[in-house]
Amino acid sequence: MTEAAKSMNQEPEQEVVSVDTLLDSTLESVDLAEQMTMEAARQAGLSEDEQHEISMAVRETVVNAVVHGNRYSAHKKVHFRISTAPGRLTITVGDQGNGFDLSAVPDPLAEENLLHQSGRGLLLIRAFADDFSMRRRAEGGTEVRLVKQRKKHN
Amino acid sequence: MSIQIKSRQEGDVTIVDVAGRITLGEGASTLRETIRGLVAKGQKKILLNLGEVSYIDSSGIGELVSAFTTVTNNGGTLKLLGLTKRVKDLLQITKLYTVFDIYDSEKSALGSFT
Repeated sequence: MTEAAKSMNQEPEQEVVSVDTLLDSTLESVDLAEQMTMEAARQAGLSEDEQHEISMAVRETVVNAVVHGNRYSAHKKVHFRISTAPGRLTITVGDQGNGFDLSAVPDPLAEENLLHQSGRGLLLIRAFADDFSMRRRAEGGTEVRLVKQRKKHN
Repeated sequence: MSIQIKSRQEGDVTIVDVAGRITLGEGASTLRETIRGLVAKGQKKILLNLGEVSYIDSSGIGELVSAFTTVTNNGGTLKLLGLTKRVKDLLQITKLYTVFDIYDSEKSALGSFT
């Protein structure tokens, strides 16, 4: 079977874990996670815009984990994981914080909030990831899962 | 990787040329200090040139909003110049595109200050 025929008939490709690491709760980790995502997205064959979009969604997610979840604690880590398949990236970011209520986050697009300095991270994550989900981890903390898929026209 | 900021004067307008990344940490705080410094010196007309900005995250957007409100609350005007497509998209997603006065050419931006 040719490569092209294979890719038309096959089951979804098995994901390969390309990054699985514990990051310190620092701003350097935010830059590092962004860079690792950019590289993984490039290798997975995502377009330049898609590479940029998912790395920004990851950046905002890791900022939330470091700043709001772990509160820069030297004793807490961010569990960062990237799984890749051709044309698809799945990223999970786990923190050791107290969790938060999504519905309690003020709408940054509401007229009265437009000029607030902060509160736009989740908006950008949802705008730039194809799929966003969040769960409480059994061991405590929050885990966010993001998916980015290459568009067909690429 | 990080941010570079230079200011120049055109008549009574201060043009702030920003290059690099406006992100949580150094980028955002350097921009904040620059704007606060100009306001403290009594500058009322500020044109923020973002033409060479490669990347802005949500903290960077927050810093732009904060620059806008700081200048406005001190009786001044802050306008934006030369947005890249990515920065434009971000301002549209966050509904800030209509909040800022945005220009593509320096000449028309300078002419718009009264």
